[in-house]
Amino acid sequence: MRTSPEDLRAQVASLAETFSDWEGVSLQAGIDMPQLTVAKENLVPVMQALRDGKFRFAHCSMITAVDHMPEEPRFEVVYGLYSPSCNQWLRVKTHCQEFEEEVPSVTGIWSGANWLERECFDMFGIRFQGHPDLRRLLMPEGYEHFPLRKEFPRDGIEPGRLYRQWDEGRRREGAEEESAS
Amino acid sequence: MGSLIEAPQPQNVGEQGFLTTKLQHLVNWGRKNSLWPMPLGLSCCAIEMMAMVGPRYDLARFGAEAMRFTPRQCDLMIVAGTLTWKMARAARTVYDQMPEPKWVIAMGVCSSSGGMYKNYSVVQGIDSILPVDIYVPGCPPRPDAVIDAVMKIQKKIEQDRSLKFGS
Repeated sequence: MRTSPEDLRAQVASLAETFSDWEGVSLQAGIDMPQLTVAKENLVPVMQALRDGKFRFAHCSMITAVDHMPEEPRFEVVYGLYSPSCNQWLRVKTHCQEFEEEVPSVTGIWSGANWLERECFDMFGIRFQGHPDLRRLLMPEGYEHFPLRKEFPRDGIEPGRLYRQWDEGRRREGAEEESAS
Repeated sequence: MGSLIEAPQPQNVGEQGFLTTKLQHLVNWGRKNSLWPMPLGLSCCAIEMMAMVGPRYDLARFGAEAMRFTPRQCDLMIVAGTLTWKMARAARTVYDQMPEPKWVIAMGVCSSSGGMYKNYSVVQGIDSILPVDIYVPGCPPRPDAVIDAVMKIQKKIEQDRSLKFGS
């Protein structure tokens, strides 16, 4: 369902009331839904207020990130929130620098964010502080790279020795056959 | 009416009812006509593999319809679909658990070469982790193409000379 520009303005105005007291929180209309930019230090209290406040954003629909290399701060973490009671979408963004790559976890607010944050960690290497079980989700354990980062080659990198230990015997045999022939 | 009760005599095996052959030929004949496939269905190719076993294409005509979902009972592994790196370890374990002798069919372009998935998650050809006997092209291949692959495996088994005696 697409909202008309008038609807969107009204939604943003009513959301802005909620955040009039917050410092370092900015609200934009966005193209398709209101969009909130938060400093990562404020992320958890803001998210808590969004879930329990007037709009009741009970559903954390998605978490992803954008790699803005070579800009600083490099990563932008994006949360998609939905409020079933108000039929309202909201996009929340926060930023983190390269090499620190730590963003507070929102698993304490939405437990469904667990695997979403794991996927985000798997693809971008962004560590979520306070996550109960931050392991890779889609790529094999022991994979050394983060595939959706900008410096990662398009054609991919094969998993290295750390993952392929189960394969080592066979590869050694193959190498011996080659050297014997 | 006595002929109905008595078993009909084989015509060309001599009057005593025996024939002579090499043990290797007998074993090969048995193996090739009772292949038990391990269906490693990983994506859409698995649908075509099911069609192949179903009544229209009927793999039972070649004695290979007994799909078993435990590798311990199988001797023909059909890798049907996209093998990701995360699945690669499991696929290798399944192969290692199959008893010898065993054969592998790489069904479809994904398992043969990675296909259209030239990216970080997909194994670029299962031959980098498994020894493959027959590659079947197609996305997915038609059931007849896979039946042809099974027949080629049968031809390969016919020519097997690996039995050893007296050692």
